[in-house]
Amino acid sequence: MARNNRPVSQRQTWWLLAAALSAFLPLSTLLSPWLVMSATATMLLRGWMTWRQWRLPPRWLLVLLTIAATAGVIAEYRTMFGRLPGISLLSAFLALKLLELRGARDAMAVVLLCYFLVLTQFMFTQSIATAFMACVTVLITTATLAAATDDRPAPQLLLRRAGVLLLQGLPFMLLLFILFPRVQGPLWGLPQDRITASSGLSDSMAPGSIARLSQSDTIAFRVQFEGAPPPQHMLYWRGPVMPAFDGRSWRVSRTSAQRTVPPFRVTGTSQNYEVTLEPLGKSWIFALDYPDKLPPESAYTEDLQLLSRQPIRTRFRYSMSAFPDTSVGADETASMLTESLQLPSGGNPRTREVAAKWREKYGDNTEAIVTEAELFFLRQLLSYTLNPPLLSEDVIDGFLFESKRGFCEHFASAFAFALRAAGVPARIVAGYQGGEVNPVDGYLTVRQYDAHAWTEVWLKDRGWVRFDPTAISAPRRIADNFAAAAPENDALPFLARNNMAWLREVRNRMEAATNVWNQWVLGYTPQRQREFLQGLGFKSPDWQEMTATLAALCGVVLLALTAWILYQRKSVDPAFRQWLKFTQRLGKRGVQWHVWEDPLVFADRAAKALPTHAEPIREIAGAYARLRYAAPTHASDHGTPLAHLRARITAFRP
Amino acid sequence: MTYNAAQSVIIPQSLSSRVHPRRPLHHATTYRPRRSWQRCPGCKSSHSWQDKAIKLALACLLARGHLLIEDLPGVGKTTLAHVLARLLGLDFQRVQFTSDMLPADIIGVSVFDRDSGSFRFHPGPIFTQVVVADEINRATPKTQSALLEAMEERQVTVEGATRPLPEPFFVIATQNPAHQIGTFPLPESQLDRFLIRIELGYPDPAAERELLAGDDRRTMLSGLSACLTPTQLIELQQATRKIHAAPALIDYVQAIAAYTRAAPDWHAGLSPRASLGLLAVARAWALLSGRDHVLPEDVQIVLPGVVQHRLRPVDDQLRVGAGDTASKIIEAVPLP
Repeated sequence: MARNNRPVSQRQTWWLLAAALSAFLPLSTLLSPWLVMSATATMLLRGWMTWRQWRLPPRWLLVLLTIAATAGVIAEYRTMFGRLPGISLLSAFLALKLLELRGARDAMAVVLLCYFLVLTQFMFTQSIATAFMACVTVLITTATLAAATDDRPAPQLLLRRAGVLLLQGLPFMLLLFILFPRVQGPLWGLPQDRITASSGLSDSMAPGSIARLSQSDTIAFRVQFEGAPPPQHMLYWRGPVMPAFDGRSWRVSRTSAQRTVPPFRVTGTSQNYEVTLEPLGKSWIFALDYPDKLPPESAYTEDLQLLSRQPIRTRFRYSMSAFPDTSVGADETASMLTESLQLPSGGNPRTREVAAKWREKYGDNTEAIVTEAELFFLRQLLSYTLNPPLLSEDVIDGFLFESKRGFCEHFASAFAFALRAAGVPARIVAGYQGGEVNPVDGYLTVRQYDAHAWTEVWLKDRGWVRFDPTAISAPRRIADNFAAAAPENDALPFLARNNMAWLREVRNRMEAATNVWNQWVLGYTPQRQREFLQGLGFKSPDWQEMTATLAALCGVVLLALTAWILYQRKSVDPAFRQWLKFTQRLGKRGVQWHVWEDPLVFADRAAKALPTHAEPIREIAGAYARLRYAAPTHASDHGTPLAHLRARITAFRP
Repeated sequence: MTYNAAQSVIIPQSLSSRVHPRRPLHHATTYRPRRSWQRCPGCKSSHSWQDKAIKLALACLLARGHLLIEDLPGVGKTTLAHVLARLLGLDFQRVQFTSDMLPADIIGVSVFDRDSGSFRFHPGPIFTQVVVADEINRATPKTQSALLEAMEERQVTVEGATRPLPEPFFVIATQNPAHQIGTFPLPESQLDRFLIRIELGYPDPAAERELLAGDDRRTMLSGLSACLTPTQLIELQQATRKIHAAPALIDYVQAIAAYTRAAPDWHAGLSPRASLGLLAVARAWALLSGRDHVLPEDVQIVLPGVVQHRLRPVDDQLRVGAGDTASKIIEAVPLP
């Protein structure tokens, strides 16, 4: 087709280059360096070629380069399929296509590739920044599309035109977003393999494993409380429970989650809250003690770990109620109690010795033993630090009697060990403690550095009771936060301390914005869609109803747009419409009216071309020009000359 | 005075619509008329090939604008300026601009008068109704600006005293093309103060033969008599302002200005002063063509004179033809 063979102008090439660069650059962090560098070099070279108006490279060279790029991608990923190899290939082809801009069809291919590449970055990240970048790219690409048909307008005009087009698409976008039936799961069911193992708690706790988390200010989850949040020292977010000890590290036991109903009866007052858990790739669902109902798709283990059926790979939101006065485990099974007393045969003799004395003194009075243990921890003058000294063997003896400096896992571990040695069932519970209320949106933000470990002790008649040995030596850790308890010269994550108020303010605002984005854009799950639509008055929205509504509303928007366009057309001058009719008739006889041509000049030309009709042509044109451009003779008979013109034009048959 | 009265003054005697109003546009954009100037006894023998240019110049004066005539030396710029001044029956002064000229040479100086014992102001050549500023771009920017200030304000301030200039006040400036040696090109801001710039071009063969066979130009010039009185001229200017511009036509002028601002071909678009000027000249052209309303054609015919010196092409080195700028605009802006 002639249209497709139209060569690409220099200005269009600049546009295409800009679109390609804006589509490619956000992907550059994902792709391998050799590809990024060669593709960028290709685009820069193309820019240079455009500037110097060089000829395009020959076809055989392009074929060779394409083969080389494909081979490179296959060598890198061992396959051509999958997300990254696919995107790598497309990026390489985009860069190479720029070297092959021979006609409008090639330009169109580049534009379409750009649109597609914009989409692909959402397979990796869906943050606000990504969405913003994508909007910029779509704007540039749409302006490029406009330039592909007419490159004469100034760049800002084309960008404005593109912006107007996108704004016109906005109602459709919103409708589709709100009403399009959702599927559960991540975007297109793609695996989210970018969750690193380092983020969050693991199923074992050795000295140093939680201290490592203290250097990360990544958000673990956000909580919205109904009413005022409970005091800081009540905020124990229960995670993995670790009853098994091998002398150095504590582990979760290998029991499977079974109970979908809590194995206890809740009592006392309750506090409602909603947690939005970041995807950490683990199964633990963090909750305050103790819930009355479990979130969907989750279950309790025997030792009261709350587990999701699947590892959490997308942001997960659940509503819970906490009943802090509930007592659990008063009728604990014997096997569980036995497990909670097990110790390795040897090691840590000094601690064992102290514990044996307690046992001797108090016998079966476990409560007295626990009090004695607490007093012992107090008397040892232990100090809380992020950088405890490394202990090789007998870590608990080393901590309690020599270094006397440790992080929460040292405290919890030593406390549980001492109690077990004294014959009191005890276990480690890990999770998060505290959190920080973001004053901007009121959400409690819990970060990785809020990770904590404490102990649970089984007391006859009372069941499992929480004891936090860290609180004995560092009460500020619990009452305030870990940064307040840590010594001044310990290295902390940036902004963990209460300094740099304005920077914290900036971070609070950014995180609040991210939270809104997470809650309403990314977190617009089937459940939330249902809630939202029910709020709008749909009784029980199913996908058929949603699709029907979607189609109907899109139709309404289209109709509104059409009506608007028709209304715009109505404002065309009636005399001008008659004139268009007249010029159309003459156009059929081979005398085309140019839209910029003065009516009288055109009449002159037409009269010469059609001498037989010269007289009516001149008269009609004269009447039209008078009607359009002369002062109205009398305001009252303004309609008459128009009717006259209409009659003349209707009668005119060239 | 209505436009009919204006016709009776102007059309029969001198400046009838020899440029055919229905003439196709490609003729209108050049300044080479095809017919000789017949009715005006003065014009007939002095510049018979330049009737379109004269009509444009006249339209400029009726629109109360200043005129810039640019062309190579020897094509009749100064003679045209003289003829205009003579035919209009106004006082005129001719100032030959040179590179060593000072502002005082134009505006005037105060000289100590021994008899009265005080300084007395000797007005310069600018205190007249028509100033023919010959070869304006030969003077330094300082001197140019003295003149251009007077053009905009229509008054002169010397030594703290502001003196009004006579009414009507026109400046007809001539200049050589910028690439000639020894010129100080006028900056855009000052070019913008000239309502119209016209180019004369070489005469066509018939006209040149006529010119060669005719009498000495200077003699003929002195024989010219005025067609108008200053009062009549002022009345004509008022009539020009009353020429009807329909909403559709105002839309058209606005669309032209908007197009020059949005299109990437020029460094900057037309200023509101320029679009006001365009409408004023189009009105004057309509009056000279014997109509009481403006047609798009009037705008299109005067467009080159109004926009050429105001729009600087982005690819200046390519030097697009003078008529090209205007026809590009005309063909890009549909009639509303």
